[in-house]
Amino acid sequence: MRKASIKPLQFIFEAAVLACLFTLVQYAINSNIINQYYQINLASICINIILAVSLNLINGFTGQLSLGHAGFMAVGAYAAAVMTTSLNQPFVFGIMAACLAAALAGLIIGVPTLRLKGDYLAIATLGFGEIIRVVLQNIDYIGGPAGIQGIPVYTNWPWLFGSSVLTIVVIVNIINSSYGRAIISVREDEVASELMGINTTRYKVLAFVIGALLAGLAGALYAHYFYIIKPDNFNFLKSFDILVMVVLGGLGSTTGAVIAAIFITVLTAVLQSFPAIRMILYALILVIVMIYRPQGLMGNKEWGRKTWGRIWGGKNGPSANK
Amino acid sequence: MVHLQINRLSKAFGGLSAVLDFNFQLDKNELLGLIGPNGAGKTTVFNLITGVYKPDAGEIRFNGQNIAGLPAYRICQQGIARTFQNIRLFKDISVLDNVRIALHQNVPYSLLSAVARTPVFFKGEAKIEAQARKILKIFNLDDKRREIASNLPYGEQRRLEIARALATKPSLLILDEPAAGMNPNETRELMELIQWLRLQFDLSILLIEHDMSLVMGVCERIYVLDYGQVIAEGRPEEIRNNPRVIEAYLGEEVG
Amino acid sequence: MQEFMQQMINGLSLGAIYALIALGYTMVYGIIMLINFAHGDIMMVGAYVGFFSIAVLGSNIIAALLFAMLSCAALGVIIEKIAYKPLRNSTRIAALITAIGVSLLLEYVTIFFLTPDQRVFPESAFPLHNYEIAGLVISNKDIFIFVLAILLMLILQYIIKKTRTGKAMRAVSQDPEAAILMGISVDKIISVTFAIGSALAAAAGVMIGLYYNTINPLMGIIPGLKAFVAAVLGGIGIIPGAMVGGFLMGILETMVSGYGSSLYRDAVAFGVLILILLIKPTGLFGKNTGEKV
Repeated sequence: MRKASIKPLQFIFEAAVLACLFTLVQYAINSNIINQYYQINLASICINIILAVSLNLINGFTGQLSLGHAGFMAVGAYAAAVMTTSLNQPFVFGIMAACLAAALAGLIIGVPTLRLKGDYLAIATLGFGEIIRVVLQNIDYIGGPAGIQGIPVYTNWPWLFGSSVLTIVVIVNIINSSYGRAIISVREDEVASELMGINTTRYKVLAFVIGALLAGLAGALYAHYFYIIKPDNFNFLKSFDILVMVVLGGLGSTTGAVIAAIFITVLTAVLQSFPAIRMILYALILVIVMIYRPQGLMGNKEWGRKTWGRIWGGKNGPSANK
Repeated sequence: MVHLQINRLSKAFGGLSAVLDFNFQLDKNELLGLIGPNGAGKTTVFNLITGVYKPDAGEIRFNGQNIAGLPAYRICQQGIARTFQNIRLFKDISVLDNVRIALHQNVPYSLLSAVARTPVFFKGEAKIEAQARKILKIFNLDDKRREIASNLPYGEQRRLEIARALATKPSLLILDEPAAGMNPNETRELMELIQWLRLQFDLSILLIEHDMSLVMGVCERIYVLDYGQVIAEGRPEEIRNNPRVIEAYLGEEVG
Repeated sequence: MQEFMQQMINGLSLGAIYALIALGYTMVYGIIMLINFAHGDIMMVGAYVGFFSIAVLGSNIIAALLFAMLSCAALGVIIEKIAYKPLRNSTRIAALITAIGVSLLLEYVTIFFLTPDQRVFPESAFPLHNYEIAGLVISNKDIFIFVLAILLMLILQYIIKKTRTGKAMRAVSQDPEAAILMGISVDKIISVTFAIGSALAAAAGVMIGLYYNTINPLMGIIPGLKAFVAAVLGGIGIIPGAMVGGFLMGILETMVSGYGSSLYRDAVAFGVLILILLIKPTGLFGKNTGEKV
């Protein structure tokens, strides 16, 4: 973990790089260098980055396997869509409602289920995710199985870029703090963590709520980009999609989650006409990664400021991740 | 002054009593040993004191307050820290982080200031790191603070566990077979370290040990446990000659 | 009351199917502590093998059933050897993720080769007869499914209680290390467990084909999850628990569709799961165990 200290120059440099990236892409969109088709994929990439990075906080850093992430995304998508369509509120309020509603759902689901361990937790979260979907299907106010149509298209590049960067910054800053270390200690050894004075339940719930909140954000962006949402968009296959990204990137690596989110989204786009092959590939990724490289592409390592300056081999070897 | 007092503590697993009517007293600053044959219930007693298990009956009074049944993290926050018989470090993270995690209960900044990277956060992190390194220096581990914990040699992992326990700022330190797997040299160094820690940090220490020379050498008083009950209590030389203890250990060596 | 009894009868045959699938979950979990997520999909493969035996090879229902059971037994063993065995010493989460992968693989390989379309189970294989007894409608399919399921469960009980292999299975599930010391080949027992569990799932697959008349490549997911809930309800790892759990789930489901909303039918299973996990995670027949420190 990098040493925390204020480095203004570095901060300015990073901010400048991000600003350049933002402006370049915005220019390319305006001048149609990035056409409609690529814009859709760009939006999917950003949304998937938010989903993968936030799920990684729960599955990778906290070590609690959740299979219900799509459920929180659904809560966010619906909350935001209701705000902007039925209630005629601006997008900002929609996003706020999405984050709040998803975080609340995360809290309500997290408090009872996080007492469960390992595979029981996985199945319970899968169950809750599906319950959310079935409940949405049965509420007529939000369109039942047909969902909500005609949602205003508010999600644009600034929103996508800003939300992705914000998500990554929030997660990275939490992980590289005492709170993040407490979260990681739960993954490493829950009993030892508790005996070192850490209220493990609190940190599991915290990670779960933050993860859910960000999934809600992704849902809001999704709803206001693709303008139609229905409960079936958020079934457990969607949760598995996000899981594939996290597993491939490496449980416990934000960098890995980002890279894998980009890779998987591009792969999905390329294989759009061959959905069965896409899913077969997903399946093989899960099996092969778990057998041959259970730590994922990145293990629990990150690319960050230090990577570029680090003398390779100077640091004693990282070990296999959990 | 009584630091830890246990009255009629009992715990059964599936009908089998692991600890039965256990009574015990530890004074402030005392260095006390808990010995007994394999399966006598020593580790169960530790698990009950530190909140890993909930007692079926009985009281555990720490500084006069009953802590029986409190969650483990609360017991730690009251000032009881421990190590484990089979080392339980946070294996895949650095030595420094292992100690910093134990310092978390007094984290000097809020989650929000961590997310926003406010000056309070940077000051707090610097403080945590300084504290952690101070503890690591005591255990001669500061140079290895960037190593992954599981890459340390065995003896250093044992020391890191004690360092981590100490970082929680305990007044009572509980050591579960701290010398297990160490050679006589390392064991002797450890004995000295334990003595020194007690004075330096004003600690009471309770230890389980199989290595009789260690127990007899450092402990002022010893409790002997067999079948979940105290069968003898006293100073090392009294214990050595106690016929009931010899009987309990028959077949096992008494150092 | 009439209505209630009718739902009860409908629930019994469905419950028998769930119980058969649940047995596979519970046996595998008992032996290697793995939720074999692909188990429902093995059932789907069984349904397809049964379908093709009848529709293409023109075999009768019993031959189709046996063929499906044999093929799936082999499939189960192969899956275990290739996908699960390398992970026997890794974390349970890694094994669970692998199982999810195998599940998706079976589903989409089937879709790839056989299209995602649903197929109608040949009616000729088992012509429907309805009997009316005291105002209750009972079909010959219901009777066939129920009797066959009970028969398979009795055979399973015999294998587990009376045969050497069955005794070895129980030994491995209680204490794998001690079992090794007693000269039991754990690898062999795990293979046998997968074979038996998968064969039962295949039988259930053919029964589902009969019950719903249609099959499709994703048909294993929901019954698989419900059977898993049944296994947890009865206490995972406990064989009589899986049987009782299966019947309870089947009856509960027909009751909910009969009296409530069929839209909530699938949510009920998860509701039961969550309630059980929160109130008594060890299930109806389970004992409590603590973590060793």
